[in-house]
Amino acid sequence: MDFGFTEEQNKFRQEVCHFLEEEIKEGYWKPACDAWIQDFNPEFTKRVAQRGWIGLTWPKEHGGQGLGYIDRLLLTEEMLRYGAPAACHWFADRQIGGSIVTYGTEEQKRELLPKIIRGEAFIGLGMSEPGAGSDLASLQTRAIEDGDDYIINGQKTWTSGGSFVNYFYLLARTDPDAPKHRGISEFIIPADLPGIKRIPMTDITGTEAWNDVFFDEVRVPKKCLIGEKNRGFLQALHQLDYERSGMERLMGNYPLFEAIIQFTKENNLSQKSVIRNNLAQLQIEFEVGRLLIYRVALVMDEGRAPNWEAAMSKAYSTAFEQKLASAAMEVVGLYGQLIGDSKLAPVRGLAAHSYLGSKGYSLQAGTSEILKNILAIRGLGLPSS
Amino acid sequence: MKLTLTEEQEMLKKAARDFLADKCPKTFVKEMEESETGHSRELWQEMVELGWTGLAFPEKYGGGDMNFLDLAVLLEEMGRACLPGPLFSTVVLGGLTILDIGSEEQKQEYLPKLISGEKIFTLALTEPGYQNYDASSITVEATPNDGNYVINGIKLFVPDAHIADYLLCVARSKPENGITIFSAETKNPRINCTVLKTIAGDKLCEVIFDQMPVPKANVLGQLNQEWGAVQKIIERAALGKCCEMIGNIQRVLEMTVDYAKERKQFDRPIGSFQIIQHYCADMATDVDGARFSTYQAAWMLSEGLPCTKEVAIAKAWTSQASQRVAALAHQIHGAIGVTIEHDLHFYTRRAKAAELAFGDADFYREIVAKEMGL
Repeated sequence: MDFGFTEEQNKFRQEVCHFLEEEIKEGYWKPACDAWIQDFNPEFTKRVAQRGWIGLTWPKEHGGQGLGYIDRLLLTEEMLRYGAPAACHWFADRQIGGSIVTYGTEEQKRELLPKIIRGEAFIGLGMSEPGAGSDLASLQTRAIEDGDDYIINGQKTWTSGGSFVNYFYLLARTDPDAPKHRGISEFIIPADLPGIKRIPMTDITGTEAWNDVFFDEVRVPKKCLIGEKNRGFLQALHQLDYERSGMERLMGNYPLFEAIIQFTKENNLSQKSVIRNNLAQLQIEFEVGRLLIYRVALVMDEGRAPNWEAAMSKAYSTAFEQKLASAAMEVVGLYGQLIGDSKLAPVRGLAAHSYLGSKGYSLQAGTSEILKNILAIRGLGLPSS
Repeated sequence: MKLTLTEEQEMLKKAARDFLADKCPKTFVKEMEESETGHSRELWQEMVELGWTGLAFPEKYGGGDMNFLDLAVLLEEMGRACLPGPLFSTVVLGGLTILDIGSEEQKQEYLPKLISGEKIFTLALTEPGYQNYDASSITVEATPNDGNYVINGIKLFVPDAHIADYLLCVARSKPENGITIFSAETKNPRINCTVLKTIAGDKLCEVIFDQMPVPKANVLGQLNQEWGAVQKIIERAALGKCCEMIGNIQRVLEMTVDYAKERKQFDRPIGSFQIIQHYCADMATDVDGARFSTYQAAWMLSEGLPCTKEVAIAKAWTSQASQRVAALAHQIHGAIGVTIEHDLHFYTRRAKAAELAFGDADFYREIVAKEMGL
């Protein structure tokens, strides 16, 4: 066992920290909770791309750096620690690029991977539908073959990406007669095709980071199909393992953690035993979560999709984030209800934002209930029925 | 970063598991709990021959030249088997303390006897009263007397003192900030030892020192040293208990999952019910969290890195996790799990003892709070 990092990795982490500190010093952005998923900043993504930090784990022949998932974890861990606005490239870097590397055609790799790596392709995820959440395979969006194209009709919801996204990743039904898991295919399509309409959704925090996306007779060339027709659901399951794998599930509201510790010290609340106890317990749980996620990266470095391991770390970590938000609200007391930029709002309003925003953490990318099912059935071998 | 064992450690693990499965069935554990000594000389000798007492000590004292991380693997297997006896006391509390703070002469004197299994060691640290493992809790006095010392007072929860040949006694040698560790032979008539009846049947003792003379040469390490040296002993012991606990809860998880697959109610295995699946998922998460946090601290200790915070995290987490795992295991096992015929009680009782030993979760949360600058 070795819980340390190589000299190169330590240097890389320092380099990332230095870059992010300079960014903040220049006033390019302010550290925020949920910035990885909500703060779309194409200029930031461009600067990250210039350093070669998008597609770090992809093979060199496709323009990646051929590095490991531990290396990527160092990078993303620091991005999250600093609350950096990485949403433009996060999804493509985390899961779509890898999916293209595994299942894409040569043409797709040539066209899409360099665009992602250059920080130009921002890909929103079109998986959930109003009637297909945990039971994703029941999705109804249809893709019907028509000559050299597919015609897509249906609705996706909770699609990330604001107005910046220029591609959609899409799961659609290509064989309505097959069993529901076996009639679904994956597509990556330009976001500006005729017939696509996005309507921003306002979430509980008042943020417009997600969309309902409607597809009305959208004509998509067949070359947009990823991998094998009707095998899309199985491919997507792999992708979901990657979607759940990362540090963003533990550190989505990390800026709040630092801020609330600082607040506690500054306001002489350290000796209040409940607060002291709660914050120390959070620190313990945070460090344990970090280790669970490092284990997941090591699984990926072995070349395996991190199935039950990522289910474990994601369910655990989002519960931690929710506890953090609740504990922070208790620390600030009555002031916790003040939102946004109010001059009276402590910790920059992060506690209130996170208290509301973290409710969704245990729902995104697989509810904690679904994840515990996966861990029990796939990880521990318990019978599925 | 790497979270897997080396080939050598895997071999040690397998050898230990096979050996203990054979030599330490629960019938044996029960027998030892009910016996006066709580251990078998015969098994002790076999473990000595396997090199377990010497594993973590340098070759020049007759040891196996391995480190704490290797020892952690063995301790985990001991926890899995609920192994009774003085191996933990002798090696973790006694031997590693001597190795850490003893003079070369003392190491030469004690370690070969310890490694060869000839002598059993333990540590007399805690005392009556609701204490917190800090310097102020040490009231057993060592009074200078003609260049030597006389020790007076009561130590409590001293493991295996009734069979130990040597006690390392943490005593107050100066009213303010003067803690000294003495080694003492237990055959001294001025030591009175009583085995306490405990939840784990693990032979914790009350030890009374009644004007016991100790030669100056028995001062281990420095006279009147800082609490820091004792703290290091406590940290290592706490971490050792974490290793035992992960062996314990890993086994409990396996037993519980197996039971959930086999036990049928309403014509289906109870493990097919989602609530049982989620209980098991929670248990597995607790076990893995305990494993990684414990091994992280063990790795740091082996590498000689400062690890006060990491040990605190490991002991706080593992202590609480062990209690959650035990509670869910009982809930899933149902009524059979609370009978004395079923093996589960061995684990539940030991998990409670280990949770409390060398600082519980509360104690270590406070250390984490300090490390955070709170």
